[in-house]
Amino acid sequence: MGQFIQQLINGLTLGSVYGLIALGYTMVYGIIGMINFAHGDIYMVAAIISVTVITLLAALGISAVPLALMVTLLVVMAFTAVYGWSVERVAYRPLRTAPRLAPLISAIGMSIFLQNMVQLTQGARVKPIADMMPGQFNLFTFDGFTVFLSYTQLMIIVVTVILLAIFTYLITRTSFGRQQRACEQDQTMTALLGVNVDRTISLTFMLGAALAAIAGVMVTIYYGVVDFAIGFVAGLKAFTAAVLGGIGSLPGAVLGGLIIGMLESFWSAYYSPEYKDVAGFALLILVLMFRPSGLLGRPEVEKV
Amino acid sequence: MTTFQARTHTVTLTERLKDATNVALIAILLGIPMIGLHTVDAGGKLMVATRWPWLLAFVATMFFGRLALQFAIDQFKLKRLTRQRTRTLELATPRPWLKWLGYGLLGFSLVLPIAFSDNRYVVDTATTVLIYVMLGWGLNVVVGLAGLLDLGYVAFYAVGAYSYALLSTQFGWNFWETLPVAGALAALFGILLGWPTLRLRGDYLAIVTLGFGEIIRVILINWTEFSGGPNGIGSIERPSFFGLPFKPDSDDGATFASFFGLEYASEHRVIFLYYLILVLALLTNLFIARLRKLPVGLAWEAVREDEVACKALGMNVTNVKLSAFAIGAMLGGFAGVFFAARQGFISPESFVFSESATILAIVVLGGMGSQFGVVIAASLLVILPELGRDFSEYRMLLFGAAMILIMVWKPGGLISRREPSKVLAGVEK
Repeated sequence: MGQFIQQLINGLTLGSVYGLIALGYTMVYGIIGMINFAHGDIYMVAAIISVTVITLLAALGISAVPLALMVTLLVVMAFTAVYGWSVERVAYRPLRTAPRLAPLISAIGMSIFLQNMVQLTQGARVKPIADMMPGQFNLFTFDGFTVFLSYTQLMIIVVTVILLAIFTYLITRTSFGRQQRACEQDQTMTALLGVNVDRTISLTFMLGAALAAIAGVMVTIYYGVVDFAIGFVAGLKAFTAAVLGGIGSLPGAVLGGLIIGMLESFWSAYYSPEYKDVAGFALLILVLMFRPSGLLGRPEVEKV
Repeated sequence: MTTFQARTHTVTLTERLKDATNVALIAILLGIPMIGLHTVDAGGKLMVATRWPWLLAFVATMFFGRLALQFAIDQFKLKRLTRQRTRTLELATPRPWLKWLGYGLLGFSLVLPIAFSDNRYVVDTATTVLIYVMLGWGLNVVVGLAGLLDLGYVAFYAVGAYSYALLSTQFGWNFWETLPVAGALAALFGILLGWPTLRLRGDYLAIVTLGFGEIIRVILINWTEFSGGPNGIGSIERPSFFGLPFKPDSDDGATFASFFGLEYASEHRVIFLYYLILVLALLTNLFIARLRKLPVGLAWEAVREDEVACKALGMNVTNVKLSAFAIGAMLGGFAGVFFAARQGFISPESFVFSESATILAIVVLGGMGSQFGVVIAASLLVILPELGRDFSEYRMLLFGAAMILIMVWKPGGLISRREPSKVLAGVEK
């Protein structure tokens, strides 16, 4: 029982991270209908930048955790958003009217490029940082097993919930959200109605990158180690989460992330850590067989 | 965006400078966290170090690079505007030069090992190119002809390779006995994966195939009793020349060298393997060329062009897709058997996602559905990194950049015009 609750908490934390990355996927997919293959690597870039920023802040002697955290988040989000913007500009915009597979290939190229760029400029070795927020709540003890919730875990879960709320509001209630949903449906018509489609798409990429940046900072603080190769697997899991939850749906992305995170954490604890990836993908295949549009997605009507 | 009137106003230098300055500003923002700053390990603790001169060099490169690029584009556009464009859209003009180029390449590939008989490295690289050509042709059936996006093609390659490795090391099967069995197994896997998932829309299919590829890899890594785990399977029997092994000398019967009265040389096997994959690849090409003329091949292309129309005409779309999937998988399996036989050692390391991505890149870069494009793209993608060995640190970086640039430059692939296999009678060519 104690272990069960503990795995639940760990799974929720992991799932929140996947959910944050998945939000970026789902937004980009929603607006241009393409898998942003470089998204996982944007997340990796963010994690690497956050290592630099955290180390720099520590060297400057800024040790107040809330201040350091806010500065790190803002700086990393800003830089990562520029990366997101550039990826769209270089690998997607020239190919907007191209055959559907072309942007996919250029995005895979971008993913390879980013990984190797980081490996070259920042080195291939794992980068460790000191725990920024040590400490935990000891929730209760059951049969000698103390269930705890660390401050970092609590922060990750709370941040995810807040961001989900903010972004749902942004997409459903604001003018930008309306423009974004309009682009999703018909870019030409939206442009005719005076919406700057290019800018809306750019902004969506930047927001997606900023979300990945938050996930990157959280993971850096949570695990304390980061390297240039973390993007691929995390991106894959997050995309699985987005599809599982129903791509295009924001709550779906977070729900999918939570399911994948918990499945992994329980599977590792009770069955075998080696096969946790198999479990996630098998679940995805099962869900897609019976609910092709994901858990919360709307079924797509084929237009002739 | 298309403009209805050619732009008449000439671009001033100031505008160009402004544009390049913007690019330089973006470069500064991109460069600061990656080039300007980096973390170094200082006795177990990370320290931030700076590299401002590098950043300056990067920004300057971007600035002048952008200027030069814009200048080149302007010149190009000017030329285009002055040239009268009267060509209308045409359907499938035959391109005889392409055919002759194909024959030329075929001739070259036939004499290559003889021409380079003293250079084992060239023959080895050419063999690798041919493996990728074969994989590309196999995947081309799925992606290019049937229009199904498969991101886990390497799984079928792995099935073929492990079938041969296991059957030969455990049961002593030889190459030729295993080939059909491995092909059938790979096809079976294709059907197993395709049957539940082919009803899905394109992008979902992509992610499911990607997941399937990962599942196969994870199983191969972890199921140690079955696949040897991360250590892989070694000392796999090499293919023999109609029963004549390529060995210095053997106790039981003749070897290739002794039978033909030749001095034993390790090159014999290299050259034999080259011709073996060449024959396999050519058979694959012939097979696909025939299939394209049969109803099933025409159905693939029809489904690719308009699935709803096919359904309305009463075609069983799922079966059509399934056949493409199975045949593509089978060809991947054949290539896998050859790969295992050539290497003599296989491990899950060879079947990672980046392999799938490379094969897909070959198909898309070459121009989907174009058999010849696959050959060009495979040669490019294998030879470019080989050439880059001297500056090996940068080769994957350049590889990624090249993928982006080629796609932006030619989104339809290098040989981009698709020629339909069937044209309505009476439609002028």
